[in-house]
Amino acid sequence: MDIYLLEAIMNGVMLGGLLALLALGLNLIFGVIDVVWICYAELVMGGMYAIYWLHAVYAWPFLLACAVAIALVALFGLMLHRLIIEPILGSAPINQLLATGGMLFFLQSLATLLFGTDFRNVGIRLPIIELGEIDLSFARLLAFITALVGALGLYLFLARTYLGTAIRAIAQDREIMGLMGVDQRRIYLITSAIGGGLAGLAACLLVLQYDVHPFIGLTFGPITFMICVLGGLGNMFGGVVAAFIMSQIISIVGYYFSIEISYVLAFVLFIVLILIRPQGILGR
Amino acid sequence: MTGTRMAAGAGLAALVALPFLLPTDSYYLHIVIQVLLLGLIYTAWGFMGRFGLVSLGHGAFMGVGAYTSSLLWNLYGVTPWLGIPAGMALAVLLALVIGYPCFHLKIVGHYFALVTLALGQVVALLIITARDVTGGSLGMTPRAVGTSWLAFQFQDRKQFYFVALVLWLAVLGVRAWASRGMRRAALEAIGEDETAAEAAGVNVLSEKLRVFVISAAITAAGGSVFAQYIMYLNPETVAGVGISLQIVFAAIAGGMYSALGPTVGALLTLSLTEFLRVMFGTHFIGAANTIYGVLLILFIIFMPRGILGVIEHRLVRRAPPATAPAE
Repeated sequence: MDIYLLEAIMNGVMLGGLLALLALGLNLIFGVIDVVWICYAELVMGGMYAIYWLHAVYAWPFLLACAVAIALVALFGLMLHRLIIEPILGSAPINQLLATGGMLFFLQSLATLLFGTDFRNVGIRLPIIELGEIDLSFARLLAFITALVGALGLYLFLARTYLGTAIRAIAQDREIMGLMGVDQRRIYLITSAIGGGLAGLAACLLVLQYDVHPFIGLTFGPITFMICVLGGLGNMFGGVVAAFIMSQIISIVGYYFSIEISYVLAFVLFIVLILIRPQGILGR
Repeated sequence: MTGTRMAAGAGLAALVALPFLLPTDSYYLHIVIQVLLLGLIYTAWGFMGRFGLVSLGHGAFMGVGAYTSSLLWNLYGVTPWLGIPAGMALAVLLALVIGYPCFHLKIVGHYFALVTLALGQVVALLIITARDVTGGSLGMTPRAVGTSWLAFQFQDRKQFYFVALVLWLAVLGVRAWASRGMRRAALEAIGEDETAAEAAGVNVLSEKLRVFVISAAITAAGGSVFAQYIMYLNPETVAGVGISLQIVFAAIAGGMYSALGPTVGALLTLSLTEFLRVMFGTHFIGAANTIYGVLLILFIIFMPRGILGVIEHRLVRRAPPATAPAE
């Protein structure tokens, strides 16, 4: 087998991990609150800027910067729900999507306003691992492993804890759970904070591989939504599977043709798949 | 009713007189032309948006229109008089390919929004990929030949103003024509509850498809003419996520349920951008979008019917029912 193709496939697996992590938080919010945070990738961007400033400018230790960034984005997610989503929870779902679209505009241009359009690098160079003849970036491997651990952690949280059970129950039946004594509002706020925290976690990993700039959200945002929908909204496992399918398409087609063609194909595939299986690839 | 007619007549007279009141090649005329051209695109978006068909990919149709007519002109010397209809036809085809299965399978709400978002991405990426002919991200310029009807190029802003005005009026006409009488009732029923509308005998699929196709065609034409006016195309400015969201914002802020709402939205957003640009210069690049973002959120939360929607609502409430405007 062509060694470069193998490398492309391996890189696809790594990218899949990252996309799966990105999709995880969005999927949680999608599934539980039934709201699309169209600004989700911009939250990730916010986390990346936080890490950049804390680590590269104020010279905080990287892990501490990451922890603070995760907390900040989680807080932001909570505020986003409390201030913007909550007042319009009763109106048409599309309004909630559009309101977060306004937040996308706001965050993107606020970043431009504050930091300019420069590409900023956090300045950490992780080694390249040589696996036989294949070069593998350690940063990507780290992202892949963290994504899997994050997915597992979220799964355990949802499956094993009382709070997790309440979150899953709310996702299944909003009205009845209120009568069973579950405080829906509180669950929504917690879910939003966890979703934000996952965006922060994704930021920690992205910042190791990519320069941060105000429009980085547009690079990852659309593909993340497609993955969530393909996996079946709110279906965590489906989201992970969809992330790996999409990332393989992007890497392999990108290897044979160009990266733009690979994204075109990924989006076309999304459109076709959603028309064939609107419930997602793993939906019933 | 007569009051509305008189107001419309007076408004039209003012619009016809406007370029003669402003100095030739005036900066304000430049803004007004853009308001009309973007206004008609936003009107096309609102035409479907108000029935619950929220498209996040209208940049795709704008891009298809703009690039089709400009490429035909630059590569083959085909006049935009043929190029614009060609772009519209292509946009209609695209709308049918996406719309038919979507509406057939009852893909609505955020699913429909995400499908159109993907469509916008596909068109923008294809334009970038075909960089040998389109210039990719650097954009392209339609070959300039001075003032020529054949080339749809007018050096004199006054001439372009009247072209824009006629097109804008035509779009308002199409909007009124395509949503009159029972049609409007049927479409509103679809917007409220599709299943109930279907049960009441509305052909939901064909009605939605018709609205989508008309909207796509107008948007493509608007994109073409806008490119002819600015004489520069770029995947960021005439396709892609940014412009698609800008269309959505302006139409909602102005009021997508009102005939003139989206145009008011265009006026509002363009004035805001220009005001900030003049006040702060390019140093505060991005300042306009920060304010857009906040306004969009506030509009969705506090006045989802938009500025004009709120004003009309107040007027209707104050006026006796017999003289309430139909729109």
